Amino acid sequence: MPKDHGIGASSKRREDVRFLTGQGRYTDDINLQGQAYVHFLRSDVAHGMLKSVDTSAAAAMPGVVRIFTGADFEGVGGVPCGWQVTDKHGEPMQEPAHPVLAQGKVRYVGDAIAAVVAETKEQARNAAEAIELDIEELPAVVDMKAAVQEGATKVHDDLTSNLCYDWGFVEENKPAVDAAFEAATHVTTLELVNNRLSPNPMEPRVAVGDYNPGTDDSTLYTTSQNPHVIRLLMGAFVLGIPEHKLRVVAPDVGGGFGSKIFHYVEEAFCTFAAKACRRPVKWTSSRSEAFVTDAHGRDHVTKIELALDADNNFTGIRTDTYANMGAYLSTFAPSVPTWLHGTLMAGNYKTPNIYVNVKAVFTNTVPVDAYRGAGRPEATFQLERVIDKAARELGVDPIELRRQNFITEFPYATPVAVEYDTGDYEGTMTKLLEMIDRDGFEARREESARNGKLRGLGVNCYIEACGIAPSALVGQLGARAGLYESATVRVNATGGLVVMTGSHSHGQGHETSFAQVVADMIGIPEDQVEIVHGDTANTPMGMGTYGSRSIAVGGSAMVRATEKIIAKAKKIAAHLMEAAEGDVELKDGAFSVAGTDKSVAWGDVTLAAYVPHNYPLEEIEPGLEETAFYDPNNFTYPAGAYACEVEVDPDTGKVDICSFAAADDFGNVINPMIVEGQVHGGLAQGIGQALLENVSYDENGQLLSASYMDYTMPRADDVPNFQVDHSSQTPCTHNPLGVKGCGEAGAIGSPPSVVNAVVDALQRAGHTNVTHIDMPLTPTRVWAAMQG
Amino acid sequence: MYNFEFSKPSNIADAVAALSSDEAQALGGGQTLLPTMKQRLAQTDMLVSLTGIGEMQGICVGDNGELCIGGATTHAAVAADGNYPGLASLAGRIGDPAVRNRGTIGGSLANNDPSACYPAAALASGATIKTNARDIAADDYFQGMFETALEEGEIITEVRFPIPEVSNYQKFVQPASRFALVGVFVAKFADDVRVAVTGASSDGVFRWAEAEAALSADFSKAAVDALAVPSGDMISDLHGTAEYRAHLAKVMTGRAVAAAC
Repeated sequence: MPKDHGIGASSKRREDVRFLTGQGRYTDDINLQGQAYVHFLRSDVAHGMLKSVDTSAAAAMPGVVRIFTGADFEGVGGVPCGWQVTDKHGEPMQEPAHPVLAQGKVRYVGDAIAAVVAETKEQARNAAEAIELDIEELPAVVDMKAAVQEGATKVHDDLTSNLCYDWGFVEENKPAVDAAFEAATHVTTLELVNNRLSPNPMEPRVAVGDYNPGTDDSTLYTTSQNPHVIRLLMGAFVLGIPEHKLRVVAPDVGGGFGSKIFHYVEEAFCTFAAKACRRPVKWTSSRSEAFVTDAHGRDHVTKIELALDADNNFTGIRTDTYANMGAYLSTFAPSVPTWLHGTLMAGNYKTPNIYVNVKAVFTNTVPVDAYRGAGRPEATFQLERVIDKAARELGVDPIELRRQNFITEFPYATPVAVEYDTGDYEGTMTKLLEMIDRDGFEARREESARNGKLRGLGVNCYIEACGIAPSALVGQLGARAGLYESATVRVNATGGLVVMTGSHSHGQGHETSFAQVVADMIGIPEDQVEIVHGDTANTPMGMGTYGSRSIAVGGSAMVRATEKIIAKAKKIAAHLMEAAEGDVELKDGAFSVAGTDKSVAWGDVTLAAYVPHNYPLEEIEPGLEETAFYDPNNFTYPAGAYACEVEVDPDTGKVDICSFAAADDFGNVINPMIVEGQVHGGLAQGIGQALLENVSYDENGQLLSASYMDYTMPRADDVPNFQVDHSSQTPCTHNPLGVKGCGEAGAIGSPPSVVNAVVDALQRAGHTNVTHIDMPLTPTRVWAAMQG
Repeated sequence: MYNFEFSKPSNIADAVAALSSDEAQALGGGQTLLPTMKQRLAQTDMLVSLTGIGEMQGICVGDNGELCIGGATTHAAVAADGNYPGLASLAGRIGDPAVRNRGTIGGSLANNDPSACYPAAALASGATIKTNARDIAADDYFQGMFETALEEGEIITEVRFPIPEVSNYQKFVQPASRFALVGVFVAKFADDVRVAVTGASSDGVFRWAEAEAALSADFSKAAVDALAVPSGDMISDLHGTAEYRAHLAKVMTGRAVAAAC
C-alpha cells in the first residue's frame, strides 16, 4: 500500500499551485520604485584589443542615466573562481582576472564591454548602439588542442599559455597503470567528444540591484540556485560589501541545471550600479544573451583506453582529456573536469589501475562550468562507450562484460580516491532486464527491418557522486568553500512550523519533499510545515542546490534541526505530564508516557513553549526554534542501469527512440512522484545531448548555434514514454535519511545508452566500420557514418 | 524593436499607396518580420499590414479549376481546405499552430525563405503569383534565396494553383527550427510531372528537371532510384552537409512519389 503522506508518499507538489496558475514570483516580477534598466553592450568579436570605448554620443541620448565601462571598475574586484586545482606538478592552476566589464581586451562573443543604465530598456539599448567601439580584432582561439600548441595566440596575455592546468589523477599511480596496460591481453581505445551544451533554463537570468543610502544596505535580487554563495562571493571578492550590509534574494527560480550556481558579472554590476546611481537597476537577459552569457556545459575531448586480461577482467583505465574552460574561469569550472570527473572514472567496476589526465584550456568562448551532472556525465559516457566497444571487439555480450566486472562488495575504495558506501549494481541490472524484454529484441528488430528501419539496443550503467560534499575533503581538493547545508526549524505557538533552509528550489519541489520529512518526523500534517528558502536575510548560511545535494545534505540538516526540536519538546511534554523525559514518546503528533494513559498534544507543547506559565524555565529556555548545520562525511553514490532501443532510418540517418528504461538506486525515496519527474527531466536532457543539442562555434569564435533556430532543444515528440524504476534501494549508510539524490541521474546515465544503441543498430545492419559517432547523433552525422 | 508607424488599410489600392514610400514595409502574418524587427535586425519607418484587406482573404476554385488563395490567407485556412489535398497537407505542417494561424501565403512567398515550404508547392504546381500589378508565373517568380520577381511595394494579392491529379510534399525537418532541411513537392498533372525542392539549394527553391523527365515517363519511386541530385549548389551548415542535402532531395522525392501513387 503506497503511503498517502510523509516520507515515501507521492504528495502533490504544493508549489505547482502558484507555478501553474501564474502566481509564481520570479526575479523579473520584482519591480522597485524608481527602477532603471541596464543594457550591456557586448562584444561581437571573439578576441580583440579594446582600443577605445567612446560613450560621448550615447551619454547624450534620451533617458540615459549613466554609462559604465571597464574604467569604472578599475580598483573593483573581479569575479572570483571558487575552486583552485593543483596541477600534476603540484603547481596551482593559472587563474586569470575576470573584470566585471572588459578591460583592455574582449575575450569572447558576449563579453560585456559597457553598460548603459537608462529610464527604459529601449532607451538603454538605443544608447548602447550609439557607443563607438574601436576593437582591433585578434585571432580567435577556438580549438582546444591548437590552443595549447607552442606559439598559440594567448587568451590572457598575463598567463604563460592557454593551459589552465595539466592535472594527473592519481599521478603517483601512473607507473602502475602504464604497467597494467603493458601486461594487458586486450586494449580498447576510443576517442570521443563530449559535446558542449547550452543550459537553457526556461527562465532567463535576471538581476535587480537596490541600495538604501539611509542604511548603506545593498540588496540583490537574482536568479540563483545559491543566494548565500552569491552574497559571499560578490560581497567579499568583488564589491567589498560585508555580509551584514548585503542581502541576496533568489525568489522563485525557473530552472537552472547548474547555470544559476555561478556568480555572474551582471549580478555584481547591478548591485554596484544601484549604489552608484542611487536607484534600483534591473537587467533581464534576453534569450539571445543567454546563449552567449550563461555558462555552457561539458565540452571535453577525450581519448580513453581500457585494458583487459585474458578473462576479460578490466585491469586498467587510462584517459587523456582536454576540457574547455572558455575565456574566463566561471565559479566552479576547474572542479568539473577534475574532482567531479576523475573521481568517477571507476564507474561501477572493479578496475584496479586508473589514471586520468585532464588539460583545462582557455579559449575565446563562453565560460564553461557545471551543467546537470557536471563531470560525471563525461566520465560515464567515455567509460560506458569504451566498454561497449571492448565487448564488440572481444565478441562478448556487453551486459555480461559489465556484470563480470561489477563491484559487488561494499564499502569499496576505488583507485580514484572515493569510497562507495553501498550499492547493488547487479540489482539494478536485473531490474533493468526485467523491464526491457531483451529476449524479445530480435523479434522487434525483425519487425523494424520489415518497415525499412535498423533497430539497435544499447545498455549502460552509471554511478555518480552526489550529496556534495564533505567540507574537509573538498577543502583539500581545492574548494574555497565548505559544502555543508543548514536548516532552522521555527515552531510557532500553535504548532505549525517554518523550516528555513540554505538549499534553494529552482524546480525540484523542495517545498513539498522537505515538508514531508519534517511532518513525518513529528507526526503532523504536511500542511503544518512551511519551507522558506532563497533569502539570505531569513535563512541560515547554506550552500544552495546543485550536485543532487539538497535532500541528502539539506534534508539531513533539517532532520538534525528537527531532532533538536523534538528533544526539547519532549522535555516540555515531560514537564506537562509530570513524567520522566526518558519515558516520553512522540507518535502521530502527540506525546505520551509509556505504560500510562498520559498524553499531551503537539500543539499544547508548542503553546507552552511560547506561553511558559507552566514551564521548566530553570532548565530550558522558552521558545521552540533550532538550527542545525550538517556536513556530510562522504558523498552519496546513486547508481543504475539504463537501456535504450532505437530505430535508425537508413535513408536519412534519423534516429527515433523507441523505448527507454531506467533502473535507478537512489537509496530511500522521499516522494516517488517527484523522483520520477526528476528522472524524466534528466533523461530528456541526456537524450537531448545524445541526439540534438550542440553549441557550435566557427573558427573565428562566432557562435553558430545562437538561437533556437539552430540549437536543438528536445521536444516532447523527441522522447518516448519512459519506463523508470527506483525499487532497487540500498540506503546511503551515512546520512540520517538514507537518501542518495536523484536530480542528475537521468542526464548522467542516458547519453551512452543512446549512442550504444545507434552503433548497435548500424553494426547489426552490416556497418561494421562504425564503432563510434560523436554526439549529437544528428541525421547528417549518422548518415555520413553509414556512408563509410 | 525600433519605433515605426503602422497602418492597416482595408483595400489593395490603399495598401499600394501606403507602400509607395521608400521606407514602408508590407506586413503579412509577421511570423518572420516581427521577430526580425524585435531583434533589431530589420527596421522600417512604416509597417503596412495586409491582413485587413478583405479581397486578399479566402480560398475559392476558379473558372479554370485552379485553387485561388488570397494573399493574406493564413496557412491554417489553406490546411483546412479540401480542394488540393497535397497543398493542404503542406500548409498543415508549417511551423506550429500559432504560426499557421498568423502566417500568410503571400507573406511566405514574398519572403522566399530558402527553407520555407510554400515555394516548393507553388513551383511544383506551376502556380501563378498575382500581384496588384501583374501575373507572375512561379517559374519566373523565385530568383534565389530571399529573392523574388516582386518590385518594391508590389503586393501578392492572390496565388492561383493548378490542381494536379496527385501530389505529395515530403519534408525532412531541420531538427532545431523544424523548417525544411529538405522539402520536396511532387505534382503529377495529366501531361507532365513537376518536382520542386526547397531547403536544399543555396539558390533557393528549384525544379529537379531530371526527376521530372523520369517521372513523366514512369511515375514510380523506382524511376528516381538511379538519379542523383548534384551537391555542388547545395547548402552546407550545422544541420546537413551539401552531400547530405543532395541525398535527401532524392530520398524525399522518392517518398513523395510513393506517397502520391
